[in-house]
This record gives sequence, structure tokens and C-alpha cells, in this order.
Amino acid sequence: MYSEKVMDHFSNPRNVGEIENASGVGTVGNAKCGDIMRIYLDIDENHIIRDCKFKTFGCGAAVATSSMATELVKGKSIEEAMQVTNKAVMEALDGLPPVKVHCSLLAEEAIHAALWDYAKKNGIEIEGLKEPKKDIHDGEEEEEY
Amino acid sequence: MNKIIYLDNAATTKTAPEVVEAMLPYFTEKYGNASSIYQLGTESKKVITKSRDVIAKSLKADSSEIYFTAGGSESDNWALVAAAEAYESKGKHIITSTIEHHAILHTCQYLEKRGYEVSYIDVDENGVVKMDELKKAIRPDTILISVMFANNEIGTIQPIKEIGELARENKILFHTDAVQAYGHVPINVDELHIDMLSASGHKLNGPKGIGFLYIRKGVKIRSFIHGGAQERSRRAGTENVPGIVGLGVAVERAFANLAERSRKECELRDYLIQRIEKEIPYCRFNGDRTNRLPNNVNFSFQFIEGESLLIMLDMKGICASSGSACTSGSLDPSHVLLAIGLPHEIAHGSLRLTLSEDNTVEEMDYVVDRVKEIVDRLRQMSPLYEDFVKKEEKREDV
Repeated sequence: MYSEKVMDHFSNPRNVGEIENASGVGTVGNAKCGDIMRIYLDIDENHIIRDCKFKTFGCGAAVATSSMATELVKGKSIEEAMQVTNKAVMEALDGLPPVKVHCSLLAEEAIHAALWDYAKKNGIEIEGLKEPKKDIHDGEEEEEY
Repeated sequence: MNKIIYLDNAATTKTAPEVVEAMLPYFTEKYGNASSIYQLGTESKKVITKSRDVIAKSLKADSSEIYFTAGGSESDNWALVAAAEAYESKGKHIITSTIEHHAILHTCQYLEKRGYEVSYIDVDENGVVKMDELKKAIRPDTILISVMFANNEIGTIQPIKEIGELARENKILFHTDAVQAYGHVPINVDELHIDMLSASGHKLNGPKGIGFLYIRKGVKIRSFIHGGAQERSRRAGTENVPGIVGLGVAVERAFANLAERSRKECELRDYLIQRIEKEIPYCRFNGDRTNRLPNNVNFSFQFIEGESLLIMLDMKGICASSGSACTSGSLDPSHVLLAIGLPHEIAHGSLRLTLSEDNTVEEMDYVVDRVKEIVDRLRQMSPLYEDFVKKEEKREDV
């Protein structure tokens, strides 16, 4: 059901772990729905993401999207990281099964939440960045499978 | 390790070689329609009768009370819908449990949309139906009680005799979905006061696509499939002769060594349970410890999610199952695990291992070792575990 890339990022996830005294940390999702993602960012004085780590509680797709998202933002400027959308994560993974699309949304939200934390700590504003939702599934329509 | 270790026998079982062998001639040589007059046809009729007799004997029932179907789901649908229709004049109230298979629950929902009322009886933390609630739910217009013999996820065996007696005293029909139990635990329909019983071939090393419904003599029940005189005109359609032959052999085989197989499976099961409980911290054993299917093991592991666990086990050649939402395609984890009171996040981290007599202690050891490694690895990746560890450290500091 998963692409080779998803399986690769699931079985060998990149950038798992924590960053001590991180510039920004964001946690999204909820345990009730079975997925929580936490992203740590280390950002230098030129607003470049020096390092990025993650921890995820969730299914194969949740782990793979977290891993891919960290890869996509590492070494990028904040502005570039803002361009990493859930679609970009999905494309980089050669797609996800329809029921797993919300995992890629979670990855995008997690990066945004970490950036939001960074912006708040440093009293700066990042263009296009909104306050993260408390619950990733808020406003999501109930789907019948 | 190239060999697979199959621990999902509640999902389906391997068709026994002697079952396949017995079926084969009925595809290419003895392919006659059992309704035909010539010898090729009557031969088919004979073997159908033989299988029916074997099944009837296994339940201490009469052969005329066994109706072949395409499997467990069809039997469940038929029992509920046809009984509801047949007894409509008496009332439109049905009692079932919250932990039934979806073949029962979705059929109940279907009936609710058509004006029937259904009471869903809760279970305790071990998954046993609450008898006092069941008693209270009985009304003058109750026509049917349907409670599964044993649960497919957590393996809990229900107090079937008590339920049967209660139904009998109140002149209510009693149906049981015995798909997981039939061929694995002894069942006597008279002693247990069962009026209808659903079973499936592929859960006892028989073929897929064949099952039966036991209907006690005297129970009014309408036909479900119309169009022919097969199965006493109650279930039309040319008989699945190879399937019926295979089912008969599978049943014979299952009952011939039931006690011995049960003993072996229980030993392996208890060994597996004991090692997991001893060696993996923060896990919860699910289901009843005593009234339990011989081959069922179910645990929840805190801080991890079931699908990840299953994929990693699969990479190690282990076939298992989970009550996680991600394996079902919805956001909610298994209704059974929620019904026994597990919080969502713990229900998401569950693992079901269902054994067979072919499994060995060495395999159990391999499985526990892999589960240990994988659970540990997933916990290292889990933000929930990180939070938990930090909280514990803080508490120690204080």
C-alpha cells in the first residue's frame, strides 16, 4: 500500500531525535486519533535551519512524512521552509494512500508550529505563518470509509 | 529469516492439505450439480449430505438444522435479518453486545433504519458481557438476543450458557456468532440453548467462501437467497460442492484433535503472554485470562502506534494484526478495545497474535525478541514516551 520511498523513510527515518535548547519546537496532532508529531529546529543568526529533528507517534505514513519533512527543510532559509507544503512532502514520497493524506498535513503543521515557536521566542514575524491549530483534526470533515 | 511466522489465525487459517486434496476431485471430475438426476449429480448430493452430517454431529444437532452459506458474514446477516422479519409480529426489539463483529453490528444498524430497536449491552474490562444489563434490557417485544461466542480481537469467551438460559426462560431466540469459536472450543447447541449459530470454514483450516448457519428445528426463519430448492428452499443457489466437501473434512479434522490442539495452543499462548508481560514494560494485557480462546494473545503497548509495529514485524517475517485505527482506515481505533475501557491512545498501540498448532516455542521466542526491539525502537521515536520519561525524571528529582 505504501510507495518504496515511504517504506524507505519509515524503516530508516532520517533525523529522529531531539535538539537540546532548540530554536523552535512544535508539536501537533493528538493521541486520540493516533498521531502526534514533534519537530525541533535549530536556526542560526541568518535564519537558516541548521538542523532539524523529529519524534512521531503514529502510523508508517506519519513517520515517513515527518522524516521527509525534516529532510526538506534542513539547510533552508525560513522563507524556503515556509514553501514546504504537505503536497511537496507527498510528492517527495511518491504519493500516499488517500486515507493517509492527513499525515502529510500533520508534517506541514508541525514545521509551521516549530517556526511559530521560534518567531515567538525571537519576537519576529514570519510572512504567511499563522498560529498553529490546537488540534490538527479541528475543522477536518468526517469522512466515511 | 526467510520463513514467515504466521500469527494471524483469527483473520484466516491455512487450508489443511487433506482439505485441499478432498476438494480437488469436485472441480474437475465430480463436478455434477447436486440437483441433477444422473449419477454425477447424485454423487454431489451424497457428499453434501455427508458434510452436513459431520457438522451436525459436531454440534450435537440434527442434519436438517444445518444450512450451508458463503461464510460467517452471510450467516450473521441471514440470522438477524430473517429472524427480525419472521418475528416482527411479536416485536421489533433486538439485544446484542457492543463488541460484536461488524457483520452483526452493521446488520443491526441496517435493521434500526427499518424500524427495529437494538439494545447494545456493555462489557466489563475483560470483555465479558454484563449479564445484569442484559437481563434488564429484556422487554416483552424482544425477539432476538445475538451475542458472539468468542470475540475475534481479544479472545474473550462469553457466558453463552447463561445467556442461552435467559433467552429460553423469556422465550426469546438466541443467536451466537461462533465464527472464532467453532472448531476451537466444544459447543453443544442443546446444552447451551443456542437457537442459531454462525460459523465459517476458513477459520478452522477449511476453505474460504463457505460457512453455515445452524437453525434449530421449529425456529421460523425466512429464506435469504431466493431462487431454488437448495438448503430446504431457505438458501437458494447451486451448492458450492468443493467448498462443502472441504468444510466437512476441516470440521472432522478440527474436532478429532480439538482437546490436544487446544492444550498445545494454550501452552504456547501462555508462554507468549508470560514473556511479554515480564519483559516489555508499560503494556496492558487485553481480554479475559480464563475464559479465553486457546490461540488468542492481545496486548496494548503504551506510547506507540499499532500500524508501525505491524509493518516492522512484517519486515521480520511476522504476520500479526492490530486494533489500531490506521489499519482500518478510520481515525477511531477498534470498537472492542474502546468498549473494554482503553483510552484511545492505548487502543492505538495494540497487537493481536493468534496462534495455530503449527507454531513452536522457538517461534514464540523469536517473536517476543522482535516485539521487544521494535516497541523499544518506536518508543525512542515517540514524543509521548519522551514526555513520559521527562515527567518521571522530574518526579525523581523532587
